[in-house]
Amino acid sequence: MQIIKDREIVEDNWLHLDDEAELASGNITVSLARWHEQHEMLTQHEGGLGIRLTGDDPLEEIVPDLAYFSLVVLYFPAFVDGRCYSFSRLLRDRYDFKGEIRAQGDVLYDQLFFMSQCGINSFELANPNRLTQAIKAFDDFSESYQATVLRPEPLYRRR
Amino acid sequence: MYQYDNYDQAMLEQRVAQYRDQTRRFLAGELTEDQFRPLRLMNGLYIQIHAPMYRVAVPYGLLSSKQVRKIADVSRRYDKGYVHFTTRTNFQMNWPKLEDVPDIMAELATVQMHSIQTSGNDIRNTTTDELAGVCANEIEDPRPWCEIIRQWSTFHPEFAYLPRKFKIAVTGIADDRAATQVHDIGLHLVKNHQGEVGFEVLVGGGLGRTPVIGQQIRPFLEKKDLLSYLEAILRVYNRLGRRDNKFKARIKITVREHGINHIRELVEAEWVQIRKQLELDDKEIQRVKQYFTEPDYDATAADEQSFTEMQAHDPAFARWVKQNVVDHKVPGYKIAYISLKAPTSPPGDVTAEQLDVIADLADEFSMGEIRASHTQNLLLSDVKQGDLYALWLRLEAEGLATPNINTLTDIICCPGLDFCGLANATSIPLAKAINERFDDLDYLYDLGDIKIKMSGCMNGCAHQSVGHIGILGVDKKGEEWYQFTLGGSSEADASLGERLGRAIPKEDVVDTVATLLETYKELRLEDEPFLATVRRIGVDPFKERVYADN
Repeated sequence: MQIIKDREIVEDNWLHLDDEAELASGNITVSLARWHEQHEMLTQHEGGLGIRLTGDDPLEEIVPDLAYFSLVVLYFPAFVDGRCYSFSRLLRDRYDFKGEIRAQGDVLYDQLFFMSQCGINSFELANPNRLTQAIKAFDDFSESYQATVLRPEPLYRRR
Repeated sequence: MYQYDNYDQAMLEQRVAQYRDQTRRFLAGELTEDQFRPLRLMNGLYIQIHAPMYRVAVPYGLLSSKQVRKIADVSRRYDKGYVHFTTRTNFQMNWPKLEDVPDIMAELATVQMHSIQTSGNDIRNTTTDELAGVCANEIEDPRPWCEIIRQWSTFHPEFAYLPRKFKIAVTGIADDRAATQVHDIGLHLVKNHQGEVGFEVLVGGGLGRTPVIGQQIRPFLEKKDLLSYLEAILRVYNRLGRRDNKFKARIKITVREHGINHIRELVEAEWVQIRKQLELDDKEIQRVKQYFTEPDYDATAADEQSFTEMQAHDPAFARWVKQNVVDHKVPGYKIAYISLKAPTSPPGDVTAEQLDVIADLADEFSMGEIRASHTQNLLLSDVKQGDLYALWLRLEAEGLATPNINTLTDIICCPGLDFCGLANATSIPLAKAINERFDDLDYLYDLGDIKIKMSGCMNGCAHQSVGHIGILGVDKKGEEWYQFTLGGSSEADASLGERLGRAIPKEDVVDTVATLLETYKELRLEDEPFLATVRRIGVDPFKERVYADN
């Protein structure tokens, strides 16, 4: 499957493991529940390790473990559920997470600009047929008034 | 007033381009109705009974004459030649075509106007006191702070998909004309013991189905910390607010379910982490404040006394001055309300022709600025007293001088079943009926300050729960009935009205108002305002009279 990562269309090289699925080699993501359950085993995993979070998950609980992950997947059950925008801000600004943050679920063209300003840098679009068009959305606005992850100084300090 | 620089203008034009493309994709079938809905809402476009309804922001109620002419222009070209002002100092067009909206937006953008975040689950237009900067005893002019909040809240990437809509109101004086206590966040400019000016912060107020008075979350916030504190509240709300039930999603419910103390702990913990990063520097505060400095007032304005003579000479002018004109902080200047509550038109409506005249009058008599009020009227805030008579004559000729500000017929009213897809009952025809029944000005003046607020459904757009007399339309088996409440207020002494009793059929509404007024006249103490009487004697005496016959 193709995704957008850092404004480019790339082949996805991650496997999102169901909680019931057997452990696989290579880059895998697991749910928070599985991470807690198989913590020991997963820390030994040789490929890349990612964690999948939803807006219901207690973000702060995973913070001490962030060093294990090179990918955090934020799940949007509906594009109007904005909780994970705050998750991404916190992961970048407060918890200094440098790895990939990916939006998954109801991820649509029209939310990409705001998502990217909040620090999400890869996107599994709900409609993977319009990726080329979707990349344009990152340039919807040339500026932001606020301090954002991409522009940490608010406009009022740059005017 | 604030003037856009290249940054502001570029972002606004990019928004127009973005929405134009979204509309195109929707019409081409690339966006579903469900996907398009939140996008059009955050650009102010609703789909109503007859047509779309398009809501345009008037940031903190301030308009230039140029903007008012543009409103007139777009209402002629894209609508039926009138607009409707709302309680949150926005205006609405009731008949635009969905496919024309990008063009209307582009037109408005040429005069620095927009419809950004006038609907949707985002941070809405920030509102304030209509007398900001011109009333005496103000602690500080709230408008620069409103502009700072406008910029912070516009396209905030983290808060575009909140659990529910979010409204902020700011006031710089103890008299609360901005209903700050029934907003998601209310900000009061206050002085602390050291004499420094900062903000008292309230949170969790709101109207609608569950009216709540906001609670204090912080007694004093330094001005430089305004944005970090707002951001902390919004972040806590964005994470914690309920998303399972839209009727429980406003921050008032979050505060109720978690308790103000817990919410305060969370907000303060968040705030200390971001306080430094978002601190406002003096340079930015001064940059914004320079747009709101006092105009060059004429020091000789108070010498002109002809308007006193004209009042003695012309009783109609005297009535208008008494009712629609209030004092300005500068001697010799006055503030003139333009009543949008004429008996002949729906409350808050104004025609394109009237708007053009208002723009001309603003240029001629009031520094080229016009303000919109929470009570759905307009005002000219800097009129020399010597110009009042000439101003009144012109307003009178346009049907804009109804001398009824703050009287019974200055009704706050939503569009109701005539236009709105949510409404259960009509409101405009009832406002008209009330206006026709109580058209005796002496009777109105004798009754004094009575605020009727009437909504066509429990979403409460006309704030009926804080009306001295609140009237709420409800649907009973397909018929329109009306629930009365008494004793509400949205001012400094904010309170929620108490239910009078069972709902009243439509045909009895005007008679019920009459009975309430007669009861008040009989039971009031000398010069006692309606609200004070209700608070003193309670609703029971009113109830007995209203329901005595059946």
